[in-house]
Amino acid sequence: MSEEQIKSLERQFDERIARDEKIEPKDWMPEKYRKTHIRQISQHAHSEIVGMLPEGNWITRAPSLRRKVALLAKVQDEAGHGLYLYSACETLGVSRDELYEQLHSGKAKYSSIFNYPALTWADMGAIGWLVDGAAIINQVPLCNTSYGPYARAMIRVCKEESFHQRQGFEIMLKLANGTPEQKEMAQDALNRWWWPSLMMLGPTDDKSVHTEQSMKWKLKRKTNDELRQQFIDQTVPQADVLGLTIPDPDLKWNEERQSYDFGAIDWDEFWQVVKGHGPMNKERMKARVGAWERGEWVRDAAMAHAQKKQERKEKQAV
Amino acid sequence: MSTKNWPLWEIFVRSKNGLEHRHFGSLHAADAEMALENARDVYTRRNEGVSIWVVESKHITASNPENNGELFEPAQDKVYRHPTFYDVPDDVKHM
Repeated sequence: MSEEQIKSLERQFDERIARDEKIEPKDWMPEKYRKTHIRQISQHAHSEIVGMLPEGNWITRAPSLRRKVALLAKVQDEAGHGLYLYSACETLGVSRDELYEQLHSGKAKYSSIFNYPALTWADMGAIGWLVDGAAIINQVPLCNTSYGPYARAMIRVCKEESFHQRQGFEIMLKLANGTPEQKEMAQDALNRWWWPSLMMLGPTDDKSVHTEQSMKWKLKRKTNDELRQQFIDQTVPQADVLGLTIPDPDLKWNEERQSYDFGAIDWDEFWQVVKGHGPMNKERMKARVGAWERGEWVRDAAMAHAQKKQERKEKQAV
Repeated sequence: MSTKNWPLWEIFVRSKNGLEHRHFGSLHAADAEMALENARDVYTRRNEGVSIWVVESKHITASNPENNGELFEPAQDKVYRHPTFYDVPDDVKHM
């Protein structure tokens, strides 16, 4: 195709998106659109998969059967969300194996938040309340994104996600209204998860390299700073209900803006974690790659079994 | 790395009797039986379905959007296929 033809196709493509038309897998799309979507959707899928690790660790130690079934269901949802997203990503012409390989080799990123340790049971509360809360804020606008398979996957994800946040908040509420030690445990979890949750919404707008193009493609409908402000504004009153203190001495209501002002975020810490130097980066990848390698014989055996069954069926048909 | 990858399957779910099966998404599985079991876990964790179809993706033939003109445009100028094309006086009832 000549350069001029591509330019004209790109123009038509941009107009389709501006008209809020959806793009489907077999439609023509600019190479950059395809690549950006593969990057974002796979990063999102990887985050769901790695996100199972900090919580999976607590399933056997949940304090009651009620908490255990809820946590188990939440982790199972995350596996499901990872699978919806991997399938959506595969419609762009990349194979599941390539995607796994990118995660396992460290070439692909996942959400920085999962590189922090989950130290106590209260962390299951804080993760559900804050991490899933921030994720929902990020994800709801994506239900309207321009790429059809991604938008459809996100609608399913969002529908299922709100139970995650509520079960987390309930854990926090119970602890906050419990013994002084339990309340202290809840406060400690909030102290540790608050700042990473704010960072999870991504670098500030002036540092975010993909924002402008992503907004044009409706892959992003609000900037990182807008999402972060929304998260803070809706979470502070929830902390008040819990009777817990948000670990930010500069946090205060701004009457004029009708929003909360907040303190400086330690972006050095964020970039350290993104670059692989967070407290749990190595541990998470070791667990993930280990699970994949230990599962290889199962995957092979399933394939061999399927083949054997198929051959037997063919022989009977003769 | 495994030498043989699990093939891709397309999943169709009937949400309740009386409705058609609808495309829900896809997943990887070694064979049809496993695709059904996995579809149960991936796509119907909250009573979303009463029946599942699985079809190996390679068996689906799809139209090419580049041919959309010749395929679908001929229907656009055939307004006479719609009831509103026909003039009937307002006081004629049940029509």
